[in-house]
Amino acid sequence: MLEHYLNILLKSIFIENFALAFFLGMCTYLAVSKRVETSTGLGIAVIVVQTITVPINNLIYNYILKEGALGWLGLENLDLTFLALISFIGVIAAMVQILEMTLDKYFPALYNALGIFLPLITVNCAILGGSLFMVERDYNLPESVIFGLGSGIGWAIAIMALAAIRERMRYCLVPDGLKGLGITFITVGLIALAFMCFSGIQL
Amino acid sequence: MSKVKEALFDPIFKNNPIAVQVLGICSVLAVTSKLETTVTMCLAVIFVVTLSNLSISLIRNHIPSSIRMIVQMTIIASLVILVDQFLKAYAYEISKQLSVFVGLIITNCIIMGRAEAYAMKNGPWLSMLDGLGNGIGYSIVLLAVGFVRELLGSGKLLGYVVLPLTIDGGWYPANGLLLLSPSAFFLIGFFIWGLRTWKTELVEKEN
Repeated sequence: MLEHYLNILLKSIFIENFALAFFLGMCTYLAVSKRVETSTGLGIAVIVVQTITVPINNLIYNYILKEGALGWLGLENLDLTFLALISFIGVIAAMVQILEMTLDKYFPALYNALGIFLPLITVNCAILGGSLFMVERDYNLPESVIFGLGSGIGWAIAIMALAAIRERMRYCLVPDGLKGLGITFITVGLIALAFMCFSGIQL
Repeated sequence: MSKVKEALFDPIFKNNPIAVQVLGICSVLAVTSKLETTVTMCLAVIFVVTLSNLSISLIRNHIPSSIRMIVQMTIIASLVILVDQFLKAYAYEISKQLSVFVGLIITNCIIMGRAEAYAMKNGPWLSMLDGLGNGIGYSIVLLAVGFVRELLGSGKLLGYVVLPLTIDGGWYPANGLLLLSPSAFFLIGFFIWGLRTWKTELVEKEN
């Protein structure tokens, strides 16, 4: 059993890395990866939010939205799965808001470090993508906790790696048209190629 | 008249959402390995961004600014649910291939970005055109990437054989790299390079 969870964890961190294999959260990934410090903050925020929202959405999906989940109310044939998208995004927005208020009240240092990145996470598609993949793969509650944690860590690793490379890139001579965005895309492509070495590993 | 033209054509090249504003990258990369899924995705995004810009612009004077994000989210999410259900009903195969990426149109930053930056400030007609323009600008990049990836990666276009592969007795050895995800990054990188060499005012300043 432990092996099964370990498998999900490693798979979501390395083999099916959210940023590099599925391209989730790309907008933030490219925009906030200029410095290692800020990208570390964002990475941690993503891990926290992802680990909380995926299991919560799992509960909502399995106990409210799924066909027959409201059987105890006498609504055996009710299938609310079409509401999944809108309720997931609602949960994510609400969780980010709650997290922001909690951090502001009890952990002001961490709150200041994360700064503007917390609200940004609501529109980060890695978070919504995590919940949608959880539904597609039919994870149960413990599996979804592990999956949320792993995919968050994977995304954080990817953004920190890119930020470290971009900091060094400042000293390089890049052709004018490639400056900034262009060279970043090509760098990400190379990192993604490197991460493909992990594919095919079976645990 | 010129404003109308500007709203529609500016986003296509001069202010392209992908190459210049860097919005909505996620889906570009993930759905472009085949042209068929790419076309579906483009149509879905054009539909959602046009209608969301229109409806947000219609009610822009009635939205309290403190909850505007939630209102925008709800409108966009409802439109995406429409698209998702439609695809599941009429194009089940494609909807399976696109898997979670239809749902992810909700968090596609082009849509949110245009709603926030344009539809909240302009009238419904102009906003709708701006949405349409951005949708088309997005589609052009997506189709270009999808075209190259399917043609060189598997020698086909829309599923029809264009370059006969060596394994089927033809002459074209398939380039498997283009079917893998990293190739999309390179293609977009080169696309941006080309665009910025052509329109030099887009080159980023050192900071």
